[in-house]
Amino acid sequence: MSDLQKLESETLAAIAASSDEAALEAVRIGALGKKGTISALLATLGKMSPDERKTQGAAINVLKDTVATALNARRGVLKEAALDARLASETVDVTLPVRSAAIETGRVHPISQVMDELTAIFADMGFSIAEGPDVESDDINFTKLNFPEGHPAREMHDTFFFQPKEDGTRKLLRTHTSPVQVRTMMNVKPPIRVICPGRTYRCDSDQTHTPMFHQVEGLVIDKTAHLGQLKWVLEEFCKAFFEVPNVKMRFRPSFFPFTEPSMEVDIQCRRQGGEIRFGEGDDWLEILGCGMVHPNVLRNCGIDPDEYQGFAWGMGIDRIAMLKYGMPDLRPFFEADLRWLSHYGFRPLDLPSLAGGLSS
Amino acid sequence: MKFTLSWLKDHLDTTASLDEIVETLTRIGLEVEHVLDPADQLKDFLVARIVEAKQHPDADRLRVCMVDFGSGAPVQVVCGAPNARTGLKSVFAAPGTFIPSKKITLGKGVIRGVESLGMLCSAAELELSEDHDGIIELPEDAPVGARYVDFAGLGDPVIEINLTPNRADATGVHGIARDLAAAGLGKLKDHAIKPVAGVFPCPVGVTLDFSREDAHLAPAFALRLVRGVRNGPSPAWLQKRLTSIGLRPINTLVDITNYLTFDRGRPLHVFDAKKVARSLVVRRARNGEEIVALDGKTYRLDDSAVVIADDKGVESIAGIMGGEASGCDETTTDVLIESALWDPLTIARTGRHLGIVTDARYRFERGVDPAFCIPGAELATHLVLEFCGGEASELIVAGSVETPAHTIDFSWSEVRRLSGLELDPSQMAGTLEKLGFDVLHQATNAGRVFVRRPSWRADVEGKADLVEEIVRIAGVDRITSTPLTRDNASVPAPILTVLQKRTRQARRALASLGLVEAVTWSFVSHARAEMFGGGAPELALANPIAVDLSDMRPSLLPGLLAATQRNADRGIGDLAVFEVGQIFKGDGENDQRMSACAVRRGTARAAGAGRHWSGVARNVDVYDAKSDVLALLGALGVQVGGLQIVPGAPSWYHPGRSGTLQFGPKGVIGHFGEFHPRVLEQLDVSGPLCGFEIVLDAIPAPKPKPTKVKPKLDLAGLMPLERDFAFVVDRGVPAAEILKAAQAADRALIVSADVFDVYQGSGIAEGKKSVAISVVLQPREKTLTDVEIEKISERIVADVSKKTGAVLRG
Repeated sequence: MSDLQKLESETLAAIAASSDEAALEAVRIGALGKKGTISALLATLGKMSPDERKTQGAAINVLKDTVATALNARRGVLKEAALDARLASETVDVTLPVRSAAIETGRVHPISQVMDELTAIFADMGFSIAEGPDVESDDINFTKLNFPEGHPAREMHDTFFFQPKEDGTRKLLRTHTSPVQVRTMMNVKPPIRVICPGRTYRCDSDQTHTPMFHQVEGLVIDKTAHLGQLKWVLEEFCKAFFEVPNVKMRFRPSFFPFTEPSMEVDIQCRRQGGEIRFGEGDDWLEILGCGMVHPNVLRNCGIDPDEYQGFAWGMGIDRIAMLKYGMPDLRPFFEADLRWLSHYGFRPLDLPSLAGGLSS
Repeated sequence: MKFTLSWLKDHLDTTASLDEIVETLTRIGLEVEHVLDPADQLKDFLVARIVEAKQHPDADRLRVCMVDFGSGAPVQVVCGAPNARTGLKSVFAAPGTFIPSKKITLGKGVIRGVESLGMLCSAAELELSEDHDGIIELPEDAPVGARYVDFAGLGDPVIEINLTPNRADATGVHGIARDLAAAGLGKLKDHAIKPVAGVFPCPVGVTLDFSREDAHLAPAFALRLVRGVRNGPSPAWLQKRLTSIGLRPINTLVDITNYLTFDRGRPLHVFDAKKVARSLVVRRARNGEEIVALDGKTYRLDDSAVVIADDKGVESIAGIMGGEASGCDETTTDVLIESALWDPLTIARTGRHLGIVTDARYRFERGVDPAFCIPGAELATHLVLEFCGGEASELIVAGSVETPAHTIDFSWSEVRRLSGLELDPSQMAGTLEKLGFDVLHQATNAGRVFVRRPSWRADVEGKADLVEEIVRIAGVDRITSTPLTRDNASVPAPILTVLQKRTRQARRALASLGLVEAVTWSFVSHARAEMFGGGAPELALANPIAVDLSDMRPSLLPGLLAATQRNADRGIGDLAVFEVGQIFKGDGENDQRMSACAVRRGTARAAGAGRHWSGVARNVDVYDAKSDVLALLGALGVQVGGLQIVPGAPSWYHPGRSGTLQFGPKGVIGHFGEFHPRVLEQLDVSGPLCGFEIVLDAIPAPKPKPTKVKPKLDLAGLMPLERDFAFVVDRGVPAAEILKAAQAADRALIVSADVFDVYQGSGIAEGKKSVAISVVLQPREKTLTDVEIEKISERIVADVSKKTGAVLRG
């Protein structure tokens, strides 16, 4: 075996034996460094005859290339191994729990959610949203709405009153959102299309009543609005709100001081294990009251009942929320029990829209 | 309003079934609330005979009876009733029968070792009366094996309707029958009432003692004496009717008045003539006058009530309840029958004031048919003469019955205008006529009529009321639904106001921060209202439902803080809640504000709460509240350029750990921070707690812009560079002032400055703190030279020193 062959086999053996990049570097320096064995051989070429230089030079260069290739290959292997080792050492327990993100734990109250649902539906039908104060005058809450003084219908409202003022008048907490209709009719020239969602109060408390609750009313005033259109609006609303392709509704004549004719509306449903399904079944559930705005109310608001006409309806927001989402009891709505809110509340980005669906 | 099917058929000639009648009532606006068909409930109870009753071998009070109920061999029944005896006919329930009073289905039993295969029943067990002293005793001729309901004639369904307050005419069965007849369910029976010819003058006089202004309180008062009556129990059919609608039979005279109250909606009163003086006065009560009424209670009256009195005092509270002293009982031989008209408002007010609910008040406050005042007295007289005998005096009437005509000029087209329903005029006229209206055709116009309302329909005032009458009888289900098209065919324009939008966005934004939305009462206790800047007398309820719900809330904080404590008491100590809702600054219509408020408790920070392997969350503090409120303002798109954060907040906040958010001193929008320990103590609430409250109405509205184009994006081509400075400054100097001074040093070059370290303690003098800030410089035209950078740095240090007294930390 020539010296070159020996050097080659020794060097390659040393490369193969290098267990890390530092050892490999030492081998490289030992062979190809300034004072390395192969560099030393190359330095001898100058003293050789041209012929010798030709043959020896080529052989040494082959050796140099062989060693360089081997070094690169080994370096690649070692680098890969080092990376593997590092990755292995960096392994963590991915099953450890992380903290919940804020957006996971936040909730929107069902009443707010349902108000947003109502907005989405009625905005599409061309309705605006009207609001008014909770602290109202007797005149706007009752008298303008055609409740005669002392009439039993007034008594049925269980009104919260404030202390009488010196002039004998006294403010009250609105017993329904109809005062917002009055305010709208007094301030806006027809045509009018509004819904009036808001907080209402009655001095009443039991399983199904709380002294504070929420209502939404709707009002349409123009020159042609009639009961047939009212029926359509309510049918379309119920289908959209309860997210069912069909609903069956039953209209019954009834009485409200502020509408004439007046009707109450039942919706067909089936109760099944605490759940209510609409559009099927044999049960009827009363959900709203409605009618043509009473001529006296129009007149009281400065609208000529022979020129304009219109219809109105009203229902409980809390109640339709309970029907749709299955809360069995009204009182917890206002108790701020975190367990209830987290369970029945809605995720922050559950934004109701007609395009994306009211609920997910 | 309750009545039975057979009672209805006294007034309505019909072949309609119970189901049809019930369905029609609801369809025409007399909503049926409840139908009780005793025939259905008691169908399994049979007439039976006790063949033999023997003493129970092991029980003194029990008997072992062999009972024949027509099924073949008699069965053995153990019975505890004292009247269970051989030969008695009674009512038997076999195993499998549902017992209404006990709400159980009867099974076979063994009582004290003796098998019992059924039950002999008391009237109470069948819910027929309160009588449970013994089993029902039936007459000898009762057919064994027959259904008891058939034998006893109990198969008369009871219908209860939920009467709307406008329908005074339907407080009597006759009025209900009229509606049903109009709806095509039969023919209204005409019970013409002939006046009774009095055989002697009425010996008792009546005076209506009212001033001219008060004349409306008692327009008419009819009175008649019937003498020589026998007042025992009323006929069985009458008792049965009263019982079936829940009234207690008393005696014939009283039962007649109760009967006519329901039969005709005409309340009457009967006085025992021997117990009142020879002349009656109808007048206002005198303040302090008292009466022991028929319910045995003493009522103290004032002059807002109307009474019937004699010289001994008040004998009856007009239209509401009679007096005990002049009431009729079995000793009554001479009876005075009163039929009167009263002012509905006065009756309602007096009834409410005295807390008396009677069937008479119910009708008078809705308004009875004035035209039936006299016929009502005549009808009552007929019944008294028929059931009690005696002879009637002439009828005297004080005052007069006025039934002014009320005529409505009506076009048939109104029906279509308001309901969209197309009906034939002759059909519409027929409906009105059947309801008792007079329809007079106008010669000049075929489509137009004059409609005169009947005396019993004072609720019908105008055209819309007539439309309702026509439409409800025709059936509102016939109205076809018609699309309400939008005013124009465009894509809908936005409808929300700025405040409505902000209210909605605020909820979503706060929920995104991990807060949970609560809805709390609009009212809080007076003490709590005061603690949070409210409690004004004009916002205190006169009739709160509870003492802790008495005042309109001036802030959402008391409600939310109380909510955190309730949750903490249930073991949830780390929680973050918010509310977006109304607060009240006064009772004017513009004094209501929309507030957004959040409270964090324990360790419920946005990044997570409680112990965790990655590190324990620290308690919430003022900075969590600040972070929440700024995040909210950011989400609302509020331009915060002009927003100032000023240390300190109202008294319910911690004075050293709270801040005020404002656009100038007059543009305060809210506050944030930790709460004052004294307030928390008074609220009985424990922390750690922090929170904020801002008034959404107070945030300036965005300026309307002609286009939606955003400002041009200006991207600098050169690298920004960051320089750090550490200052030592008095502890009381706000960091914001250091940042403000640093930024002001070169408004063109310096794009931002932030605090990255605050330190006080060893190495820093007492009363001082070290604040380290980083300042970002953004060169625009060319790279900055070291000299230029050095010059800016010096200016920053100099300006901060000058404005805050800080020195660069060595």
